[in-house]
Amino acid sequence: MSTTGEQARQAAAIAQSATVQTPLRRFLSDFFESKVATAAVAVFAIILFIAIFAPWISPQNPYDLMVVDVMDSRMPPGEKSLTGMTFVLGSDGAGRDMLSAIFYGLRTSLGVGVMSGIIALGIGMAVGLAAAYFGGRTDTLIMRVVDLQLSFPAILIALILLSILGKGVDKIIIALVIAQWAYYARTVRGSALVERSKEYIEAATCLALSHRRIVFRHLLPNVLPPLIVVGTLQTAHAISLEATLSFLGVGLPQTEPSLGLLISNGFEYMLSGKYWISFFPGVALLITIVSINLVGDQLRDVLNPRLER
Amino acid sequence: MSVFITRRILQSLVVVFVMSLLVFFGVNIVGDPVDMLINPEADQEDIEAAIRALGLDRPIHEQYWYFLVNALKGDLGKSFIFAEPALKLILQRMPATLELAFAAMFLAVVIGIPLGVFAGLRPHSKVSKTIMAGSILGFSLPTFWVGLMFIMIFAVMLGWLPSTGRGETTSLLGIQVSFLTLDGLSHLLLPALNLALFKMSLVIRLARAGTREVALQDYIKFARAKGLSPSRVVLVHVMKNILIPVVTVLGLELGGVIAFAVVTETVFAWPGMGKLLIDSIQLLDRPVVVAYLMITVLMFIVINLVVDILYSILDPRVRLKDVKS
Amino acid sequence: MKLLKLPVAALAAMLVALPVSQAGANELTIGLASEPSSIDPHFHNLGPNNAVARVMFDRLIMPDDKQRLLPGLAVSWKAIDDLTWEFKLRQGVKFHDGSPFTADDVVFTFQRAPDVEGSPSSFGTYLKGKTITRIDDYTVHIKTERPYPLMPNDMSTFSIVSRKHGEGAKTQDYNSGKATVGTGAYKFVEYVPGDRIVLERNENYWGDKPEWTRVTLKAIKSGPSRVAALLAGDVDLIEQTPTADIERLKNDANLTLSQGISNRVIYLHLDHDRDSSPFVKAKDGGDIKNPLKDQRVRMAISHAINRDAIVSRVMEGIAIKAGQLLPEGFFGRSPNLKPVEYDPALAKRHLSEAGVGDGFKLTIHGPNDRYINDAKIAEAVAQMLTRAGIQTDVVTMPRSVYFKRASRGGPDGTPEFSFILVGWGSGTGEASSPLKSLIHTYDKSRGFGASNRGRYSNAEVDKLIEDALATVDDAKRQDLLARATEIAINDGAIIPLHYQVNTWAARKGIKYRARTDEATVATDVISE
Repeated sequence: MSTTGEQARQAAAIAQSATVQTPLRRFLSDFFESKVATAAVAVFAIILFIAIFAPWISPQNPYDLMVVDVMDSRMPPGEKSLTGMTFVLGSDGAGRDMLSAIFYGLRTSLGVGVMSGIIALGIGMAVGLAAAYFGGRTDTLIMRVVDLQLSFPAILIALILLSILGKGVDKIIIALVIAQWAYYARTVRGSALVERSKEYIEAATCLALSHRRIVFRHLLPNVLPPLIVVGTLQTAHAISLEATLSFLGVGLPQTEPSLGLLISNGFEYMLSGKYWISFFPGVALLITIVSINLVGDQLRDVLNPRLER
Repeated sequence: MSVFITRRILQSLVVVFVMSLLVFFGVNIVGDPVDMLINPEADQEDIEAAIRALGLDRPIHEQYWYFLVNALKGDLGKSFIFAEPALKLILQRMPATLELAFAAMFLAVVIGIPLGVFAGLRPHSKVSKTIMAGSILGFSLPTFWVGLMFIMIFAVMLGWLPSTGRGETTSLLGIQVSFLTLDGLSHLLLPALNLALFKMSLVIRLARAGTREVALQDYIKFARAKGLSPSRVVLVHVMKNILIPVVTVLGLELGGVIAFAVVTETVFAWPGMGKLLIDSIQLLDRPVVVAYLMITVLMFIVINLVVDILYSILDPRVRLKDVKS
Repeated sequence: MKLLKLPVAALAAMLVALPVSQAGANELTIGLASEPSSIDPHFHNLGPNNAVARVMFDRLIMPDDKQRLLPGLAVSWKAIDDLTWEFKLRQGVKFHDGSPFTADDVVFTFQRAPDVEGSPSSFGTYLKGKTITRIDDYTVHIKTERPYPLMPNDMSTFSIVSRKHGEGAKTQDYNSGKATVGTGAYKFVEYVPGDRIVLERNENYWGDKPEWTRVTLKAIKSGPSRVAALLAGDVDLIEQTPTADIERLKNDANLTLSQGISNRVIYLHLDHDRDSSPFVKAKDGGDIKNPLKDQRVRMAISHAINRDAIVSRVMEGIAIKAGQLLPEGFFGRSPNLKPVEYDPALAKRHLSEAGVGDGFKLTIHGPNDRYINDAKIAEAVAQMLTRAGIQTDVVTMPRSVYFKRASRGGPDGTPEFSFILVGWGSGTGEASSPLKSLIHTYDKSRGFGASNRGRYSNAEVDKLIEDALATVDDAKRQDLLARATEIAINDGAIIPLHYQVNTWAARKGIKYRARTDEATVATDVISE
């Protein structure tokens, strides 16, 4: 049943890219057809809300040293602090509230993932469009660099870059951008090439429209769907990569811990039974990545049924 | 054809050269290895002696020139920490990493394909949905976190498997391997499974997609109609169809698995190249870091070159286009 | 479910039963926190290397677990005049290959130890300025240019190697085992870099017979992994047990813990030198005259720190608060110094007296992978100072970056930071080591103040230290060292926080004689 349904949807998706009728509504109804995806979007919206408003909704500012007291360290969930605040998820080794630390950690993790994703997407899109539109020698040169970079695993590139650059939010964003831009460039070039060979671009070229107009008004809108899919999945990947790098000790500084760093800081307490210092950030990281991945999966199904990972 | 290959080799040489430059100078701006190596009791004179012993008193471009000249002779420098040739240190640990990577690939295929085929054949059953949900988890869970959990559960709480290290090794064709002894195998299982998880999710998805595609095709329907047992249909036809994409993708992913072994090796204290790299980065053993990267760059470039050449033989258009441009 | 469980359990049981079977009663596997970089005892003067070398190679003088100097390959030593020390060697000692140990081997070691190719940290530190003369097969004389009281300490630091095997041998020959022939309690069996070192009992050892027939050393760098390996039974003993796990391990009936105070003091160093220090700012972020140069401000900082809280909360009780450079029982310590009391009101008063009653901004820099809980200590100090009115930021970094910047990251190779967290372990086991390196005025040509990252300088203290280093009489030297320590500490040259306490954890039936030098030495592992 659903196979035929899917086929129908594929047909619809293909039809939709040809005729531009109420595409947004179509897309939305397709997207929310899946209950899992709907739930994932809801969860992600909550996460996003927490990340953006962390400073206002956290019970404490976990990095204000006037507030954090080492005498409150390692309190189990539910205990009260010296000042009477309740540590809902316990406190860490320095005496800061885990719930607040997770909220702020989410902010850092998402911020790093999204920022690096946007910059990489921007660079990748520019490079990919240039390659596809101009073709020839430009294309060869660009794709040579892209292929070369893609042949190196992202983690290795980021690891080496960070061990040279040192720690810091700006540095990890740079490293993640360098590790990721090529994925976007390849995706954009691939779908732009397909579009370029279509009649409407030829028509536009015949009409002697400017390069800029053709690229931005005609090519770009048509390469967006696969780009959104890749962007979503890459963001999840970037968050996970950042956590891994922080775990390896080359990511973020202690003063701006992401979820990955919180997990890694808390791991020393895992065996002592003080599970909450590492476990809750782990759960938060997991929920974040899974929800983004689920959204990305559904986007792929809806936007571009033939795109393979 | 030979023009194409020559061009590509020249291009690769340029890339190797540029990478060596970037890596060498990049690695040399970080910290000071002498601080990591010297005994705290040493006075200023001893510190200067150590700087001379490591050749760090020379200007950086001179150090690079020595490196380049020696690299052309196949000598990538001596480790600051072990005073052994960096290349030797890396090659010594390569078998452990390769064993881990291949074991992970093996597990990914052996576990992933049956699960994927099952999910493809019965897409609506609860089990299939669980499998697919599991594969999302496999994509999402950060490797290091899973590794830590594995140690917690299987080594510490249940005590079934050893927590870290590589077990007993035996010599196979002159290479030390651990999968031939039970002790070695028990040490290998957790890290291999940890490293396999991500690829396993990939295999599950590929196998599922392939199975679903095949299951709808006429010859399968025909085979069923003919009264062949379902297991035979699955085994012969479906497998034939999905093995090709799985093998292709996994072949391409091998490099990634070796790179990601860095994480697994760190978590499980597995004595491979990846752990050597992390240790060397932390202790500022510059020659080893540079050598590791040069070897990796070379490895990937050779793989790329071979793929491109094969590709150009198979697809004449690529060759033509390249010559023209 | 049941069906599935059975085979899994069976498989697991099978895997466990064969290989992980506890090593024989007399075999010992130790989980080390860091791997030695070589088997060559003279290649690299660093803790992990020395800990392994000392069981394969004996020293002239062997420091015991409290760093007391006991006879080793030398049975007695004395200064026969101001510039000459006489060492009488032990007779009848055989190397692992059966060849006899004589003065020739000692003379050879004197040549080899300071001069190993590519050595990143040479033993020259202990051998320079000394000339050795062979008097007979079992007597040597060592001469110095100036009176030198630390001769026995220096002679307790390096391994004596065999001339027969060591001549012309390179570091690689020791790593392969070819030249690794000592007189020590254990013989070399195997070295697999990155994985393990295997040793075997020397049945003909001249000293106490070693307890274990076979010892395997494995490096497991991560603390939790080390604990996991012990809990899983992969190793019998681990060093540097993380403080976080100690409480749980204490309650585990299958394990025993051995604890001992170390010679390492964790302290704060402050910028005594620059008038405008880069990481000290006024409240509004503007420049300010360096208040750390004022003794009252330094004392205010010391009084603002709650050392009891650091010990109980950050160190989980596994540390001892410090009032000077070395803990009780060490030579050259002052009997008059006590840890500074936590007194925030007094701290505030000191700050007002110094004219910075409104406080100022400060950044504390510290490593995050060097000392026990280092980053957390820095954060706790920052919390306490912030409450006292000194708004403190925390920056921690890996030691690979930290030590270079802390020692010479500033312009012209000066220390970069203003206020740092550091530790110092006295290698000689007495007070001249920290005084000479941390407190004495930085003086490159004479080798003083090499780790004086605050550039503290006090002529009176310098004089006392130099006098002590030229006084052979123990009682007089003790007095000079104690006086130098008192003046420096009361002046706030450094601010001591606590002494580290090290914890070894082992499976039941094994105990470790906790060493003050923090080393894990197989001969100090005893069964109960």
